[in-house]
Amino acid sequence: MASAEEVAKEAERRDIRDRWLLSAPALLVIFFAATGPLLIVLVYSFLTPGPYGDVKWHFSPEAWISVFMERDIFDDTLSLAAAHVTIFWRSIKLAIITTIATLVLGFPTAYFMATRSEKTRDLWLFLITIPFWTNLLIRTFAVLQIIRNEGLINTVLLKLGIISAPIQILFTDTAILVGMAYVYLPLMVLPIYASMEKLDFRLVEAGYDLYATRFQVLRRIIFPLVKPGVIAGSILVFIPALGAYVTPSVLGGGKNMMLSNLIELQFGQGRNWPLGSALSIAVMVIVMVALLAYVRNAGRSEVRHG
Amino acid sequence: MARSFAIKHQPGFSAIAATCFVVLYLPIIVLVVYAFNAATSTSEWGGFSLKWFQSASQNSQVIDATLRSFQIGAIAAILATIFATMAALATTRTAPYRGLTFKYAAINQPLMVPEIVTGVALLIFFSRIKIFTGYSGLGYLIAAHTAFCIPFAYLPIRARLENMDLTLERAAADLYATPWQTFRRITLPLLWPGILAGLMLAFVISLDDVVITEFVKSGGQDTLPTYMLGQIRRGITPEINAISTVFLLLSVAIVTLFFFISRKRD
Repeated sequence: MASAEEVAKEAERRDIRDRWLLSAPALLVIFFAATGPLLIVLVYSFLTPGPYGDVKWHFSPEAWISVFMERDIFDDTLSLAAAHVTIFWRSIKLAIITTIATLVLGFPTAYFMATRSEKTRDLWLFLITIPFWTNLLIRTFAVLQIIRNEGLINTVLLKLGIISAPIQILFTDTAILVGMAYVYLPLMVLPIYASMEKLDFRLVEAGYDLYATRFQVLRRIIFPLVKPGVIAGSILVFIPALGAYVTPSVLGGGKNMMLSNLIELQFGQGRNWPLGSALSIAVMVIVMVALLAYVRNAGRSEVRHG
Repeated sequence: MARSFAIKHQPGFSAIAATCFVVLYLPIIVLVVYAFNAATSTSEWGGFSLKWFQSASQNSQVIDATLRSFQIGAIAAILATIFATMAALATTRTAPYRGLTFKYAAINQPLMVPEIVTGVALLIFFSRIKIFTGYSGLGYLIAAHTAFCIPFAYLPIRARLENMDLTLERAAADLYATPWQTFRRITLPLLWPGILAGLMLAFVISLDDVVITEFVKSGGQDTLPTYMLGQIRRGITPEINAISTVFLLLSVAIVTLFFFISRKRD
């Protein structure tokens, strides 16, 4: 006869086995159509480009060298690949500025939403959720129609006589920036709102009782308490902004490439799959570093606030 | 009499919030208004007209792309929701066990990687399989969409499950219900709002995807968003505004439904 303990153990083992079986389909689909292929990208980044795209199975570090370096075709010397460096720098810069811009706009918006009465709060939440679930391409297209030379901004400014000729916004870095800030703003507002909603305003009141100014209350009480939401929002904006494809394709034109457009080029006209793979891995590494910084930071603030 | 001190007030915050809401909606409103423009140019107003809706609805490429979007979205959303429901059942209401953290990480992995990287990875992987098997149908797009829809479907289902305790299921088991009967009669009806919310989220996410579809699709497999991207790159016509307007209405309808379903549980 098995003891009661053994029976319980056997039941637990069966439960865990069932739980693996239940999660198997989801894990398998994600492995085959999302995670697994990433490993192939890593392998491809160390191969030689084939003449018509794809690769030849010869090991070569050339793709990784050409991520940042250029080989002179005459004397074979290496120099910094100015075009690639520019695109890396532009992507990181634009992603950071987008994150800051959405934070500066999104924080007060989330605060405003969280300080409404219970009933109207749902309405504001709904209003911010609609753009969030509206097709990103359509929203980018909407921005395009506003900022182009014949668009709303230029038409109004011309009619008011503030400018005499349309300002060229479209196909500049500013256009990409405006577009990204526009499409990613809800991604910043929602997590900040989620932590703001739980904010205990008695703490704010206590601050005022102790003669804190409005700014001190904001900086020393509100901000530290909603910091997890701020960090989550920043990550949610930074990752897609760094890899943004639609916004720079539509608003940046051909000249103002971001990393994703450079990667796409390698799989299209460039016919350099290994370089495209190496660039993709480089984007992943930047994202991983940002995520690690987030996890460490979030962990620390949790400890501090108990 | 001194005015009472508003502790929730922060100077300028309401103004910024108001600006944000106006700025979020203004471009969308302009886009919709110009869908009803009679002029061929998108820069001037030529009177009210429905002709761009008419021309879009007669454009065979638009019809094909729309049908393809719905087909992929429906199949991917249903598969993703079934798999996500199973995964949610396997990862909630239990003491931590070995591999649980791994499962969370694996299920959420598609959210952590920029879409462009997943797109490239699938392009490489699927082009190998295409050469190997000779199959080049919609299966690749459906597989890719199912994978990135799973984490979205998983979210509301898991949230719903975590708010359900095991009392009713235990009571059913005490009354000699089989595990399947318990699931069918107790768990599933209680979980249904979460599943519905997950299904709709997954469908919207699939319908909206541009980047991964752009890289995975074979020739002649444009979905509505990739068709629109191609058109916008070539130059804009009010027809795109008309298509966008219909697309917008659909998204708003689904979001509204989602909102009410997920609000109900509180």
